[in-house]
Amino acid sequence: MNIVVLVKQVPDSGADRNLRNDDNTVDRGSANNVINEMDEYAIEEALKIKEAHGGEVTILTMGPDRATESIRKALSMGPDKAVHVLDDALHGSCAVATSKVLAATLGQLNADLVICGAESTDGRVQVMPHMIAERLGVAALTGARKLTVDGATLTVERQTEEGYEVVTAATPAVVSVWDTINEPRYPSFKGIMAAKKKPVQTLSLADLGVAADEVGFDGATSAVVEHTKRPPRSGGAKITDEGEGGVKLVEFLATEKFV
Amino acid sequence: MSEVLVVVEATKEFGVKKVTLEMLTLARELGTPSAVVLGGAGAAEALSGKLGEYGAEKIYAAEGDEIDGYLVAPKATVLAELVKRVQPAAVLLASAQEGKEIAARLAVKLDNGILTDVVGLDADGTATQVAFAGSTIVKSKVTKGLPLVTVRPNSVTPAPAAATPAIEQLSVSVTDTDKLATVVERVAEQKGSRPELTEAGVVVSGGRGVGNADNFKLVEELADLLGGAVGASRAAVDSGFYPHQFQVGQTGKTVSPQLYVALGISGAIQHRAGMQTSKTIVAVNKDGEAPIFELADFGVVGDLFKIVPQAAEEIRKRK
Repeated sequence: MNIVVLVKQVPDSGADRNLRNDDNTVDRGSANNVINEMDEYAIEEALKIKEAHGGEVTILTMGPDRATESIRKALSMGPDKAVHVLDDALHGSCAVATSKVLAATLGQLNADLVICGAESTDGRVQVMPHMIAERLGVAALTGARKLTVDGATLTVERQTEEGYEVVTAATPAVVSVWDTINEPRYPSFKGIMAAKKKPVQTLSLADLGVAADEVGFDGATSAVVEHTKRPPRSGGAKITDEGEGGVKLVEFLATEKFV
Repeated sequence: MSEVLVVVEATKEFGVKKVTLEMLTLARELGTPSAVVLGGAGAAEALSGKLGEYGAEKIYAAEGDEIDGYLVAPKATVLAELVKRVQPAAVLLASAQEGKEIAARLAVKLDNGILTDVVGLDADGTATQVAFAGSTIVKSKVTKGLPLVTVRPNSVTPAPAAATPAIEQLSVSVTDTDKLATVVERVAEQKGSRPELTEAGVVVSGGRGVGNADNFKLVEELADLLGGAVGASRAAVDSGFYPHQFQVGQTGKTVSPQLYVALGISGAIQHRAGMQTSKTIVAVNKDGEAPIFELADFGVVGDLFKIVPQAAEEIRKRK
């Protein structure tokens, strides 16, 4: 099975993150950039399917030059190769334009199965799998906590608010996964060394047949008008329990009319 | 005034969800709200009373297995046709899994911008979003097409405005491509009487400090006394104390209740990402240096196994 895993480089969610003041995009320059955590689960799931059914796993990343670090990191987990969509004109692209570029790339890669994380930790927008599936005219099975592959049939169990759903589709398809689906492996030393030699193909917008004015700020379908840092919350009263902590807690709740 | 389409979020068990009433309330600022019910047979009829109560002037319904038997694609197709026909001033959906997914497909079908996790919407279509774990407030606009936004639960206070909507059944013409992802089974899990996590006015969450699954009864007891939902930190979920669907944080649900009670939760960024826009935050933790106290309006340093039962007892006394 030819599996493509979408990997996004994001600013570390454990550190302070900002939007840039000059063009309102995510500040990736000063941030510590890492693989979107949820994508590691997508890579793991792809590797498990390859181990069970054979095939090839390709990492697909759209991002600036420095995204190479995340691509090598992803490859060190075990995928075979990577494709890096890299073009200065992509800076400032909205979700709709991003899906256009990714769908165009996937069209060239002939994937049977596209796996991605359910959301990225920077935007948390969650729209990419369905946008790509819509463009490619294939099924999207989103939010998987369990994925079963039986020949060309995919079955996914997904959490819903009332319980869970079992959803099925034939390949080709897009599947997005939550972090409940598996436990991603750590790259081995051997994996890290091997990743340095794995092929990474770079594709430009021209290679994909996408015009520069369909992406970036020119092609954006939405815009950030302004952004401000919220003043950090300041802690209020803090008491140490000396036998009356529970009562004092309720007294506070009562003054705030919760009790 | 132009119509504003509000795609109804509802469940079989609870009926119309609160976020739908919030969207109807927001929609009235932008135009005339029309509710869109996409679901199983008879769904619109069952929901029309509540939708009218909050100002839906009209209800569009697309119902049946063609709509409900597959993942969101048929719903997006029906909605796209409706948008082309009525040319609404805006389309609002819930910022939950399904709402975002329908909106995603709609954006591609119409080549239209999309804004998700919106917490406020001005009459000119400018949306307010909260980004980066609540640390940044963003004002944004759709610049191509109509305002297509998903609204985060607990963003506005629903205000009733009585109307008597007529139901218009939409003719369903979904394509084979819309029917590629088949729902084989829907399994309802026992939820009890607690409110849904993202919509609850009060959330009581437990973390690693709760110690084990059995001790979560303490968290549940306090939640029930306060009429709230139960949440859990990722550490508690990963340790198997509580099921994943109740996880609050970066890789779980984002909540913004009136009151958030954190029990035995240290307050790692992962967790804060999902709760720090809560109005009032109360924390109990044995470690006085825990970062959760930096957020808490009221914090108690001490043993939660002493403090929580005492608090529960005190609430009972006052009732």
